[in-house]
Amino acid sequence: MKKIYTVSVENRSGVLAKVAGLFARRGFNIDSLAVGATDDPKVSVMTIVSSGDERTLEQIEKQLNKKLDVIKIKTYEENEAVSRELMLLKVKYNKSNRKDIMEIVDAMKAEIVDMSENQMLIQICDRPERTAMMIRLLYQISIVEIARTGTLALPKCD
Amino acid sequence: MTGSEAMAKCLEMENVEVVYGYPGVAITHFFDSLGNTDIRQVLVRTEQNAGHMASGYARTMGKVGVCVVTSGPGALNLITGIATAYADSIPLVCISGQVDSDLIGSDGFQEADVTGATESIVKYSYLVKNVNDIPRIFKEAFYIANSGRRGPVLIDVPIDIQKAEIKSFEYPEEVNLRTYKPTVKGHIQQIKKAMSELRKAKKPVICTGGGIFLSGAKKELRAFVEKYRIPVVHTMMGIGVLSTDHELNFGMVGNNGGLAANKAMQECDMLIMIGARVADRAVANPDTILDNKVLVHIDVDPAEIGKNVGPTIPIVGDAKHIFEDMKEIELSIDTSAWLDHLREYRKLPSPLKFSDKAVNPAIFIGLLSQNMEDRSVYVADVGQNQIWSCRNANIKEHGRFFTSGGMGTMGYAIPCAIGAKMADATRQVVAVCGDGGFQMSMMEFATMMEEKVDIKVVVLRNNYLGLVREYQHYSLNDRYEMVRLGSYPKLDDLARAYDIAYYRLDNMNGIDERIREFLDNEGPALMEVTVDPTDTVR
Repeated sequence: MKKIYTVSVENRSGVLAKVAGLFARRGFNIDSLAVGATDDPKVSVMTIVSSGDERTLEQIEKQLNKKLDVIKIKTYEENEAVSRELMLLKVKYNKSNRKDIMEIVDAMKAEIVDMSENQMLIQICDRPERTAMMIRLLYQISIVEIARTGTLALPKCD
Repeated sequence: MTGSEAMAKCLEMENVEVVYGYPGVAITHFFDSLGNTDIRQVLVRTEQNAGHMASGYARTMGKVGVCVVTSGPGALNLITGIATAYADSIPLVCISGQVDSDLIGSDGFQEADVTGATESIVKYSYLVKNVNDIPRIFKEAFYIANSGRRGPVLIDVPIDIQKAEIKSFEYPEEVNLRTYKPTVKGHIQQIKKAMSELRKAKKPVICTGGGIFLSGAKKELRAFVEKYRIPVVHTMMGIGVLSTDHELNFGMVGNNGGLAANKAMQECDMLIMIGARVADRAVANPDTILDNKVLVHIDVDPAEIGKNVGPTIPIVGDAKHIFEDMKEIELSIDTSAWLDHLREYRKLPSPLKFSDKAVNPAIFIGLLSQNMEDRSVYVADVGQNQIWSCRNANIKEHGRFFTSGGMGTMGYAIPCAIGAKMADATRQVVAVCGDGGFQMSMMEFATMMEEKVDIKVVVLRNNYLGLVREYQHYSLNDRYEMVRLGSYPKLDDLARAYDIAYYRLDNMNGIDERIREFLDNEGPALMEVTVDPTDTVR
C-alpha cells in the first residue's frame, strides 16, 4: 500500500533531518520526499510518499505528529490526489538513434530543453508512473544522468 | 544580566531545587551563576549518573529533574541517562554547554553535535542561537518535559551565549506552541463505549503501567477498581500501582511476570490497558491478546495506541482524568467468580528452585522489602536482581518501586536511589543491584557521602553477569564467555574506603535479624549478599 503525506513543518534548521531520521530509525520507507517553502515563510511543506502495511502507514502519521516541529499532516491515497514529478534526463545520442529519442519525447509529451552534438537534456513533468516509464524507454538508449524532484501531490479539488 | 544568569533565573522560576551535573569549560559560567541562587548543585562522578539521579528525583517528586553537563564528552556521557529517561517517559531538562557559536561545525575542542546525537532519545531539543530566546526556550522545555507523555528535553547552550548580555529578562507566563497540544481529557463517547463494554464483561482485567504514576492517578485507579472489583495486573513500570498485598493485585505480566497475571491477561474477556504500551517484554504476542476479547487501550500518547496491537476502543488521554470520567458512569458488575478463579493461580507454587549453598535471593528480597517502611523506595538495578526484585519485592501502599524498565540500563539503581532520597529525605531508600551494575555505578558512593545522602545498597553477589550467564546456560550449551566478574573488588574494603557501614550475608542463618540491622543502620550502608551463580530467574 502506498500513501502520500503532506506535512507542514516549522521552517527551522534541522527539521528535515528530524523527519528523515524518524523514517530511518523506525524502519519506515521513503519512496520519495520533496521539500519546499510555502506562502508563509515560517512554514515548509514536505511531501512524502511511503509504502507499507496499514499499521505502518498509521504509525508514520502518529509518529510524525509527535514531532514538535510538525504543524499539520494530511494523508491521502494515490487515487485521491493529483501527483506530479519533474525529471531531467541527459542522454547520449547519435545519428542512428536520434529519431527514436525524438519520437519517445513526443509520445511522452516531454521536451528537449538543451542539446549539443552528442547529448540531449530532456525534461518531463508527469505522474510518477509516467516518469518511471520514461526512464524505462530511454534506458535502452543510454542515459547519462538523471535529476528528479520526487513526487509532489495535492488532494483533488472538492 | 548575562545568558548564564538568565538560565539560573529560569531554573528559579521553575522552582528547581537541585541540579545534578559535572562541569567543563563550556558550562562553567552557568554553574557560576547558579552559585548565586539557592539551587543545590550536586557534583556527580560521571555524567550518565547525573541523568539517573535527576530521574530518581523526578520519579519521587513528580516534577522535572534537571542535569547540567559540559559540551562534547560531557554531553555524550549523559546520553545513556537521557535514553533511559526517554524509554520510561521520565521528565528531565538536560542542559549542556556547547562550544562558541562561531566554532560550531568546525570540529573544535570538545565539540559534538549533541542535538543531533540525542535526536532520537529526546522529546525535544534546542540549540540556543540567541541569548534573548533563553526565557522562552526554558519555559517551553519545562512544559514539554512534564506534560503529555513525559520525557527528556535537551537545551544546548554555546559559551558565547552564556556570556552574552540579555536585553531584558521576562519569564513567559504561558507557553504557546502551535505544534504541541497534548490531549489529556479523554473523548467522552469513547469512555462511555468502554464502560458499556465493561457492563457486559464477565472477566475484565485492568493492565496498568508507569503511566499511572506519571499522571498521578494511583488513588483514582484504586478507587475505580475497588468500586467495581476489577482485578489488576501491571507491567514492570507499573509495580506499586496497588500494594503487592492488595487483594485485587494479581502481579506482573510478561515473560518475567507471574502465572496469575499472565493467565488473567489470556483468559479475560475484556482488557483495559492504561498507561502501558504493550511492550515486547510485557506482551509476547501482541496480536494474540486480542483473541476473544474487547481491548480498551488508554494512553496519553496516541502513537502508542495501535502501535503493537489494534484496540477495539482507543482512548487518548491522561489516566487520572479518564478514571474520573469513568467513575461518573454508574454500573454494576459481579466479578466474584472471576476473582475466585484467578486466586487459584496465586496458590500454585513457583517452579523455581534455588541453591541452598548461599542466600536464596527470592526469600531475601521478600524479607528485605517486608522490613522496609510503608513510604520506602525500592530501586532495582538491571539483571537477575531486577527480575527477582520484581517478583518478590513487597511494595506497600505508599511505597514506590523504581527500575530502568524500557532501556534496561545497568548501573541505574544507586544514582536513582540517591536522587530519590534527595527528593524526599523522609523516605527510606534502598537500592538492590547485582555485582555487574554495582561496579558500573559504585563511583557514586563518593557523591552519596559528600552530599550526606543516607541510602542503603544491597549487592546480590554471584561473581557473574547472571542474566547473560543464565542465557548461556539455556541457549549456548553452558559456554560462559565474557560473564565472569570474579571476586574483585572486596566490598568490605570498598565500604571502608568510603566510610560506609558494611554488612554481609553468606547464608540464611539469622537473615531476618541481619536485614533489620542493615536497614536500621544510622547512615549509608552496604550489604553484600552471596548468591549461588547457578540460581536463575527461569
